[in-house]
Amino acid sequence: MSRLNSKEELFELQKSLAASRSGEERFVAVCTGTGCLAHGAMEVYKAFEEEIAKRGIDASVKEKGDGHAVRGTGCHGFCGRGTLVVIYPQKIFYQKVKPEDVPEIVEKTLLNGEVVERLLYTDSQGNKVVHEEEIPFYSKQKRLLMDMNGKIDPKSIEDYISIGGYTALAKALFEMEPDKIIEEVTESGLRGRGGAGFRTGWKWEDAKKYDVPTKYVICNADEGDPGAYMDRSLLEGNPHCVVEGMIIGAYAVGATEGYIYVRKEYPLAVENATLAIEQAREYGLLGENILGSGFSFDIKIVRGGGAFVCGESSALMASIEGRVGEPRSKHIHATESGLWGKPTVLNNVETWANVPLIVKEGAAWYASMGTENSKGTKIFSLVGDVEHTGLVEVPMGMTLREVIFDIGGGIPNGKKFKAVQTGGPSGGCLPESLLDLPVDFDSLDEAGSMMGSGGMIVMDENTCMVDVARYFVKFLTEESCGKCTPCREGLRRMLQILTQITEGNGTEEDIELLEELGEVIGTASLCGLGKSAPNPVLTTIRYFKDEYLEHVRDKKCRAGVCKPLVRYEIDKEKCTGCTVCAKRCPVEAITGETKKPHEIDQDKCIKCGICKDVCKFDAVKVV
Amino acid sequence: MAVEKVKENVKEVLERYGYNSARMIEILQDLQDIYSYLPKEVLEEVANTLELPLARVYHIATFFRAFSLLPRGKHVVQVCTGTACHVKGAYRVLERLSDVLGIPAGKTTKDLQFTLETVNCVGACALGPLVIVDDKYYGHMTPSKVDSLIEEYRE
Repeated sequence: MSRLNSKEELFELQKSLAASRSGEERFVAVCTGTGCLAHGAMEVYKAFEEEIAKRGIDASVKEKGDGHAVRGTGCHGFCGRGTLVVIYPQKIFYQKVKPEDVPEIVEKTLLNGEVVERLLYTDSQGNKVVHEEEIPFYSKQKRLLMDMNGKIDPKSIEDYISIGGYTALAKALFEMEPDKIIEEVTESGLRGRGGAGFRTGWKWEDAKKYDVPTKYVICNADEGDPGAYMDRSLLEGNPHCVVEGMIIGAYAVGATEGYIYVRKEYPLAVENATLAIEQAREYGLLGENILGSGFSFDIKIVRGGGAFVCGESSALMASIEGRVGEPRSKHIHATESGLWGKPTVLNNVETWANVPLIVKEGAAWYASMGTENSKGTKIFSLVGDVEHTGLVEVPMGMTLREVIFDIGGGIPNGKKFKAVQTGGPSGGCLPESLLDLPVDFDSLDEAGSMMGSGGMIVMDENTCMVDVARYFVKFLTEESCGKCTPCREGLRRMLQILTQITEGNGTEEDIELLEELGEVIGTASLCGLGKSAPNPVLTTIRYFKDEYLEHVRDKKCRAGVCKPLVRYEIDKEKCTGCTVCAKRCPVEAITGETKKPHEIDQDKCIKCGICKDVCKFDAVKVV
Repeated sequence: MAVEKVKENVKEVLERYGYNSARMIEILQDLQDIYSYLPKEVLEEVANTLELPLARVYHIATFFRAFSLLPRGKHVVQVCTGTACHVKGAYRVLERLSDVLGIPAGKTTKDLQFTLETVNCVGACALGPLVIVDDKYYGHMTPSKVDSLIEEYRE
């Protein structure tokens, strides 16, 4: 690896790397994103290495390629079906691969070009699908960013350069003035992907106008929204595109130092980003005199301490400065006085990752996707009670219905859709009647929810909306930094009231009180955490008031979630007397003779749900 | 706790960060990696060496979720309580774990075998409800799988 001293040297390297990857080479791409790793992807990866070596076919595999017979790639997005394996060049897509499937794949597909039918994806009509792009989950997406994840090894800068990586940086440094870059980003309509949706170009323009020697750019990778993991997958799967975006941004605003603030809970993201920075430095793409342009810039990684509030920009900066993550009021923007009092541009991972695309392809191209005020694509983590869970990237403006039912495949086990929660703890729950709402910044705001960082949690009929509201308020109560009173005390009171309701001790006045409290917290809190904290409560009251009323009036939880309001019963018609539940009950509350219907002693029952889990005849009911 | 060893460990970590108190979070993270928690002696040594009030070090050590001021068990059992896991019933798994281990979330068993914790989403939402024991992921957990899981680790 030698330092690149001009854009010509970069282009030359890019050409030779691209030529060595003709697209014809045989290799096995094993997804090693977090989801697949949890499914055991590393064992699958090792099994491929061993099997290929054992068969002595490594030479033929490596001959045309770059020496990688097996390539561990970033997240492919279809996390519910892990471990995912794609065989190139035919692009045969296998799902739910286990180490024991590997010998068969090597024998049939690698050596004989045959397809292993049982590992293919089966669509709703029962048809087997061979290629990734033909699966409905993928075919309806527009994968500008996620697509790169599946093609490259995140630990190889050469892989990234081979697909055109860092050429946008060269274009920015040698063919564009900083003002021109900012103009492009502004015209592209790119808005912050972290939650607030502020226009990126405006932010940059503001920071550029201050003529001081030290400015900072920061990448916010403190992805704290429970149920959202797209930033993690980008930083793990394609760290160079985030780094490239940051260098371009730094050049545009005149910054000399950058920080990537990553959650400590994301060790692989820390590892891959650290490696990416080292590799970029060695190639002269980061550090002194980048590509011989005279521009110098470097990036440091800071590991977060695991506080949700640190996703808030001023709290994040306080945390980088070694202080506790408490937000400050924002009379003065960070673009004027941010980190250590210097002008600072802070953007989210996905925002930075979009920058090289915009510079390379132009603002007009980017702005051609999306809606009037929300341009480009957005990655969502489609999770919860949905058939196809994973990361989906779609053009802004696609409807919730298309995302959840066409891409997500709808609700599993024949259950009914109840709500979709967007925007993390600051967002809201939207009901079935709003399924045709286009997903963009403004439409979600109007409906009382928000885009947030892109969590999309689907909930079926077995979800209690009061419990969901309580869940989010509990989360926010724990994560509130405690600096301002409305958030600290208000949320605590809200949690108290919601707990009363879920325990069957609520009244109708409590619901009104919740709305009143919500208004106060939303108006009077200092930072975005508090201002948006009442959203989950207010939207569930707005769209699911009948469920609240059932809890307070009839002391019933129709979803069977709120423990004090439900009891477990055995359906005498269905029970076969197999005794499994009685044996497994931890408190010996179930009695009955073999082969005769059993019964639950309600005084002993602790409602742990084990009997329902283990019953093979669906005889245990929650009523 | 051996005073000399504490001094040595703290010195080594502080040197790594150039005795820069702005790197306090990372300093404490590295020290916690050594001890699995932040002993009082360590916090005092950090404060003394950097000539900071102990309260400032303590402020940070208690603010962030990543830090623990109490010893943790040999096995750390984490229940993901992210939204996707919650919707899929993580709270029931947590209750069962709590019953089986005899401790609420955030506590350690008396024999220092297990610490039970909750974690706000680890980004493996497709596998929910998720339990992580010492960095090993157990997906699609149910209350009925809890007993045998704990037995695997119990000595």
